[in-house]
Amino acid sequence: MSSASEVADAAERKDVRGRWLLSLPALLIIGIASVFPLLIVLVYSFLKPGSYGDVVWQFSPDAWVGVLFQRDIFDGTLSIADAHLSIFWRSVRLSLMTTVLALILGFPTAYFIATRPERTRAIWLFLITIPFWTNLLIRTFAIQEVIRNEGVVNGLLMKLGVISSPIQMMFTDFAIMIGMVYVYFPLMVLPLYASMEKLDFRLVEAGYDLYATRLKVLWRIIIPMVKPGIIAGSILVFIPSLGAYVTPRVLGGGRNLMLGNLIELQFGQGRNWPLGAALSITLLVIVMAALLIYVRKASNGGAHHG
Amino acid sequence: MPEKPDRSAIEIRNVSKIFGSGDDQVKALDNVSVDIRENEFFTLLGPSGCGKTTLLRLIAGFDFPTEGEIRLHGEDIAPLPPFKRPVNTVFQNYALFPHMTVAQNIAFGLEMLGRPKQEIEARVAAMLKLVKMEQLRNRKTSQISGGQQQRVALARALAPQPKVLLLDEPLSALDYKLRKEMQIELKRLQGETGITFIFVTHDQEEALTMSDRIAVMSAGRILQVGSPWEIYDHPAERFVADFIGETNFLTGTVKEAGNGRARLLLGSGAEIAASAASDFKPNAEATLMVRPEHAKLVKGKGDLGGTVQNIVYFGTDTHIHVRLDGGEMFIVRQQNARSAGCGFEEGEKVGVSIGDDAAQVLRD
Ligand SMILES: Nc1ncnc2c1ncn2[C@@H]1O[C@H](COP(=O)(O)OP(=O)(O)OP(=O)(O)O)[C@@H](O)[C@H]1O
Ligand SMILES: [Mg+2]
Repeated sequence: MSSASEVADAAERKDVRGRWLLSLPALLIIGIASVFPLLIVLVYSFLKPGSYGDVVWQFSPDAWVGVLFQRDIFDGTLSIADAHLSIFWRSVRLSLMTTVLALILGFPTAYFIATRPERTRAIWLFLITIPFWTNLLIRTFAIQEVIRNEGVVNGLLMKLGVISSPIQMMFTDFAIMIGMVYVYFPLMVLPLYASMEKLDFRLVEAGYDLYATRLKVLWRIIIPMVKPGIIAGSILVFIPSLGAYVTPRVLGGGRNLMLGNLIELQFGQGRNWPLGAALSITLLVIVMAALLIYVRKASNGGAHHG
Repeated sequence: MPEKPDRSAIEIRNVSKIFGSGDDQVKALDNVSVDIRENEFFTLLGPSGCGKTTLLRLIAGFDFPTEGEIRLHGEDIAPLPPFKRPVNTVFQNYALFPHMTVAQNIAFGLEMLGRPKQEIEARVAAMLKLVKMEQLRNRKTSQISGGQQQRVALARALAPQPKVLLLDEPLSALDYKLRKEMQIELKRLQGETGITFIFVTHDQEEALTMSDRIAVMSAGRILQVGSPWEIYDHPAERFVADFIGETNFLTGTVKEAGNGRARLLLGSGAEIAASAASDFKPNAEATLMVRPEHAKLVKGKGDLGGTVQNIVYFGTDTHIHVRLDGGEMFIVRQQNARSAGCGFEEGEKVGVSIGDDAAQVLRD
């Protein structure tokens, strides 16, 4: 009896060791590519800025203070950094709006594709991913071409006589949001499609059979069952939106900054690498917190609802 | 109890259903017409792929007929979407909602109908009791066995008390004992609730024991509609006779026909007269069918001569396989009496006697 369990124990220990060895390459890559750079960023955020960029190897919490506060140039008192806070807030708000809009547009799109005959689905998916094959900058400039004052939309509306002077769309939050929805749309549609494709449409029929209207079927059957896709798609859109750099730069102009631009500023013209590093980590923390809240809420809601 | 027992619940008029187009076109239903009466236990019986599920789906509203019309209580239901039809389905694959518990599944239809909470709770409890699932009410439906899923599907469809209940092989996953219990339970329920049941099965015994009437289907067509007794004793076609129960078939040519009877000349030279399922012209090819329990084995000369080849004992009865003089096999079933053999031996020369009302002449 005891010898048998000893053998089992030994086998298990060996098994565990084997598993560790097997996962070593993955752990190494994660260590080198993810943990190590993050550590550098963390260390930099506690150093002093050099006058021409770079860092001075001297401990200082100034960068972290600078994330939220600004020091008066004359008397050195601290006050809340309104500019930073408003950029945080704009980034979160714009990213949320982008995610919601992408979900509202992506859901019917994914549903449409998932209900096509199998042969044509691949074509639709391909069409959805085509923008991905193009450079991000070019896609963003394409949007600019569409929405600028002399652009396609304004031109058309003026020709039709709907408006007499162009609507200012460029360099607004609206432009940034449209741009980000366009850029990240496939990231919403693909996971949604993946979970809808697995959806058993006989359950939809069962819903109709039990007197559920189309809206009720959507709400009580389809949405709970494709929830993993909704969560995945939302995360995939929200995170890059929060750190977006090119889109707000091109479509928002210099005035409508987002977190990504603020960070870039510190490493460029601002010459304040430690502040840039601290802001980067702040962004990371915001993303993590948002993820945690969202996943928690979504899974709780599912259990509660179902 | 029904107020007007013979009123039609569902009338199916010249319904055809074609899937696909061009070369891979499938005619799942071919000009089907049938009336299903109120409070009737009506069974669709037929081999796999004959169109049973398709017919149910048209009644439920998940598909639309390519041609023809379906009426529910006299009204064309074509414009009604499935969620407005007073029809519930027990699906062949159950189709339970995996993200809901057993009780939530059963409550779903009542919730959609906007019933008050207390009523829903009471009905769910009653349904759980009926299908003996009280203990598992809070389980997710993905965590119960196939037979249990089937019972939940039944409870879910019955809960809203529909006018018509469609059951697509609802008992196929149950073990023998539970299946027998549920058969009796279903039959009782159907009588008590006054719900019209349209029941699909492969199983001819189930069809015979439970149904008020049976429709036998094959390749998208309804071959015959009738009471279990009519279907068994007076099949309209060879396919029906073959599909239901065991049957001896002997081929021959019609010598004379008329007044619902025909005289057949068999291959072996014997002549037998029997009732005819349809009109025959002299010299037409036809089939004589005789149920094994309707024929009698006699010592000496009967209507047909042959040799006993095999005797198989079944407990309640004995099957005696006879090689007829014409070469065909013929099975006779004898009820067993206590402590007595069947009275024949293998290799013995015997006669098969077919009573006046024991056989039937069928079209090929
Ligand atoms: N959506 C569809 N597209 C194409 N063909 C179909 C479709 N549904 C059913 N069929 C075909 O129609 C015929 C009838 O199918 P149906 O499901 O009604 O058979 P069934 O009698 O219910 O069989 P089973 O006893 O195996 O359930 C079959 O040949 C089937 O392949
Ligand atoms: Mg079927």
